[in-house]
Amino acid sequence: MKAFSYEKMTDPAKAAARAAEVEGAKFLAGGTNLLDLMKLEIEAPVHIIDVNGLGLDEITETEDGGLRIGTLVSNTALSADARIRREYPLLTRAIAAGASGQLRNKATTGGNLLQRTRCPYFYDPDQPCNKRKPGSGCAALSKGAFSRQLGIIGTSDACIATHPSDMAVAMRALDATVETVTPTGMTRRIALEDLHVLPGDTPDKETSLLPGELITAVTLPAPVGGAQKYHKVRDRASYAFALVSVALIRQPDGSGRVALGGVAPKPWRSLEADAELPNGARAVMTKLLNGARPTEENAFKITLAERTLAAMLAEE
Amino acid sequence: MEFNQPAGNNLFDNARVVGKPLNRIDGPLKVTGTAPYAYERHDVVANQLYGYPVGSAISHGRIVSMETEAAKASPGVRAVVTTLDIEPLGIWNYNVARLFGGDKVEHYHQAIAVVVADTFEQARAAAALIETEYEEGEPADFDLDAAFERVEGSGEPGTLVGDVEGAFRSAAAVVDQKYRTPSQTHAMMEPHAAIVDWSDGGEMTVWTSNQMIEWNRQSLATNFDIDPDTIRVESPYIGGGFGGKLWLRADEVLAAIGSRAAKAPVKLALPRPFMMNNTTHRSATVQRIRLAAGADGKLTGIWHEAASHSLPGGRGENATAQTPFFYAAPNRRVQHHIIEMSLPEASDMRAPGEASGLMALEVAMDEMAEALEMDPVEFRILNDTQVNPSDPDQPFSERHFVECLKRGAEAFGWNDRNRTPAGKREGQWLIGHGMAGAYRGAPTLNSGARVRLSGGKLIVETDMTDIGTGSYTILAQTAAEVMGLTVEDVDMRLGNSAYPVSSGSGGQFGAASSTAGVYAACLALREKIAERLKVEDPEFRDGRVIAGDSDTALADLDGEIVAEDTMKFGDFKKGYKLATFGAHFVEVAVHRGSGEIRVRRMVAVADSGRILNPITARSQVIGGMTMGVGAALSEEMALDTGRGMFANHDLAGYEVAVHADIPEQEVIFLDTVDEISSPLKAKGVGELGLCGVAAAVANAVYNATGVRVRDYPVTLDKIIDRMPAV
Ligand SMILES: Cc1cc2nc3c(=O)[nH]c(=O)nc-3n(C[C@H](O)[C@H](O)[C@H](O)COP(=O)(O)OP(=O)(O)OC[C@H]3O[C@@H](n4cnc5c(N)ncnc54)[C@H](O)[C@@H]3O)c2cc1C
Ligand code: SF4
Repeated sequence: MKAFSYEKMTDPAKAAARAAEVEGAKFLAGGTNLLDLMKLEIEAPVHIIDVNGLGLDEITETEDGGLRIGTLVSNTALSADARIRREYPLLTRAIAAGASGQLRNKATTGGNLLQRTRCPYFYDPDQPCNKRKPGSGCAALSKGAFSRQLGIIGTSDACIATHPSDMAVAMRALDATVETVTPTGMTRRIALEDLHVLPGDTPDKETSLLPGELITAVTLPAPVGGAQKYHKVRDRASYAFALVSVALIRQPDGSGRVALGGVAPKPWRSLEADAELPNGARAVMTKLLNGARPTEENAFKITLAERTLAAMLAEE
Repeated sequence: MEFNQPAGNNLFDNARVVGKPLNRIDGPLKVTGTAPYAYERHDVVANQLYGYPVGSAISHGRIVSMETEAAKASPGVRAVVTTLDIEPLGIWNYNVARLFGGDKVEHYHQAIAVVVADTFEQARAAAALIETEYEEGEPADFDLDAAFERVEGSGEPGTLVGDVEGAFRSAAAVVDQKYRTPSQTHAMMEPHAAIVDWSDGGEMTVWTSNQMIEWNRQSLATNFDIDPDTIRVESPYIGGGFGGKLWLRADEVLAAIGSRAAKAPVKLALPRPFMMNNTTHRSATVQRIRLAAGADGKLTGIWHEAASHSLPGGRGENATAQTPFFYAAPNRRVQHHIIEMSLPEASDMRAPGEASGLMALEVAMDEMAEALEMDPVEFRILNDTQVNPSDPDQPFSERHFVECLKRGAEAFGWNDRNRTPAGKREGQWLIGHGMAGAYRGAPTLNSGARVRLSGGKLIVETDMTDIGTGSYTILAQTAAEVMGLTVEDVDMRLGNSAYPVSSGSGGQFGAASSTAGVYAACLALREKIAERLKVEDPEFRDGRVIAGDSDTALADLDGEIVAEDTMKFGDFKKGYKLATFGAHFVEVAVHRGSGEIRVRRMVAVADSGRILNPITARSQVIGGMTMGVGAALSEEMALDTGRGMFANHDLAGYEVAVHADIPEQEVIFLDTVDEISSPLKAKGVGELGLCGVAAAVANAVYNATGVRVRDYPVTLDKIIDRMPAV
């Protein structure tokens, strides 16, 4: 870990302004991802702005009947909230499927969205990685590499990493929007779909946030009802990242939404695929995973996603 | 004292303390966080500095140069020593990779530098500043499958009995399959860690976490070319080892070098991401197993050929270890090939050999039972043997494998199972049942102890270690039994080179050997007491020495009476084959969509001689079963065959079974004793608990899905393609 300076701020707009002003500054929320990365010098911020004094830790109702989740609401609090459990059970299920109780107690809403990939080569500073060290190459794409966990779609020749969040997959299916404050004090609303960007030639750039821009909240539109399920597929029963996860909202008429985790650099969903839901799992996946470019080791994810959805659809 | 004939009737047959379910005596220290583990021994020596290691970024080649100026100038740094600064260290008996020194790189993350600083953070930050220039070796081959094909059939078999080819020609049924097990890492909770004080380059004191105190001392002496008597090693508490801490590793070596350079005590723990490639692991195996059987279900031929990887001079993982001995068959050919590869050092991990071998053999047995249309339990019973089948003149000392199978089948409800693969579904889950046999050798090693009696209290000193197994408790029980004391009267002192040399912990030899050593020392003490009281053959009970009219409380004996002895295990044992046996029964559920596999129920039966303490023994077996579930379903060191390194490097990437993976576990111990094994008639159980578990799981997955996987771990990607559509 490199030496850094630290300050704790109490005003969101000022925190954003400060973060833009000091080059190499980073926000610290729960720290469950950032601190690990700093210990390995994968992240080496020179200045830490602790956001835990900003408030922003409440879940409130919005005018259009939805909910606004403050960025500092912990994953535990969010998944346990009675309104979330009742009206957005998909979100509760997805969060509870992630990490461990201790981590969820510390993890925050904004931090969870911005957590970085779990690609094993990203985590080993002795290996080339375009995301960690732009231009150094992608170890995961070389011959003989271990890529079982990595992405199959939305990836590029520079990077095939996935976004590891479970929470974000549910939020994507729920059409969430991210609210931010920019360094100039403006409020921005970004559809969750547009928060994460695909790697292309610059896998180190992961979001559409401006330098210094602070996430203040995530809003959920009014509840959409339906049967809501989250199936996180993994080798062991707990405490593992998803090989594939499937978020499903299904209405009594058979229509609905599907989002996937564990396959792409961002939660993966498309409206054309949603429209195929009445036609079954294969029809959905044919659209949703059209253009997939898996490695030999992770090609199984295509079959897996389809079979998992098929079983979810067959459940009732 | 020499154990040179069968134990015969002795005091352990009417035991009051040995064999009783005592909670472990070190339990309170552990659950209150007060057991002193190596890295946390802040009190043992003042002014401890922190060391941090640097590892090689290539798998093999040479280091051209190392730039250390920035590290040396970094805040708080007291010393930086690189592998180029010192001559190659010596290598002791069991290590094959050099732990430090010289420019040669033999494996990824081999230690190449140590930084010593005032704080851990300073040492770590400075370590990241060292720049190393390498000259990479020639591209190497890390493909064990291809290597196996190259060597198959070559060389001399380790066991060759009868006419194997003939047996296959005339067989009614044949199984001929290839099986693969991946490399595995010990993944113990406590990393390798040590504090070393070698400040003046003279006497060296080491506070560490190591299973084998005397080996550790000898190994340090060889590495640094110094007199072993100038080295003191303490390792009273060990946060798991599983064989990963049998050897001297880089933690102690780097701490010692750092201490000498900084002229102060240095503590150093191997960072978790470093452990995967820096320390030892269980080698992957490729195994071809051929079984031949007659129409009557009797095996006529067993042909097992396996390969594992190792650095030059190493032992690899001999997956054929059990095959000469486990099942009857007149014709047999067994061979293990070691393939040299510049991968990290392959070495022992819990039940080395059998753990991997049974993962394959017990699936092959399941396949043969199916080919013969026999029940897998019946098939194994039919092929039991009471003599070493590779040397029929040698009987097993005790072998109750058949009883294990029968008891387990009954407890599990084996006969009620569905026999048709993929024939049972509950909601989204396909349910399957599987079983496997278990075999693991039962070695003993000479083991010594010293006992001190004073005021009716007994101190027991031995360099035996407790790696979480319960040594403290069973040794206290043994001493209390022999001396007629209570366990509360006994103060156990372990893991210190100041104490007599014991067997140490490994190879499931610890319990049987070290209890025998304590028994020997206690008998010597009893003799001294009898001499002092001038009585013959006294009885020791209830804290008293009783002989005829003489009745003295041990507490009334003046001063301290000290006795020491070593139990030496005699050659008569060679007339027998000693082993432990078991059977595992498992129920799994496989998700019909995702193919996720979850274990729902497990029953294990163990035949391991006298169970010294059913609580600690059960812990060993359920721990083994848990590790077996990991081996079956998730544990795999992911080999990057291009780079020659293991890519998953932490406990998130290397998935051991977690609580949610482990269901109800039932353990049944057969009430057996083995008087050839030791005076306590005990054998090991800690490794037996792992043997065969993974195969039972794999067989259950087959029963659930109809998909046979011969390539561990059995993960969903290997079955979903072959499972029926949802
Ligand atoms: C062992 C382990 C297992 C895990 N398993 C799972 C799993 O199965 N599923 C899963 O989904 N997750 C898993 N996680 C990840 C966990 O969910 C994340 O670490 C956590 O959500 C991050 O939240 P945090 O508040 O601690 O973020 P931090 O570590 O504090 O921050 C993460 C990033 O977000 C930035 N940031 C934080 N808040 C803001 C803000 N308001 N505005 C702008 N930027 C911000 C930080 O600068 C940093 O770059 C696991 C983590 C670990 C360590
Ligand atoms: S996949 Fe992405 S994160 Fe992984 S090594 Fe390649 S560039 Fe780095």
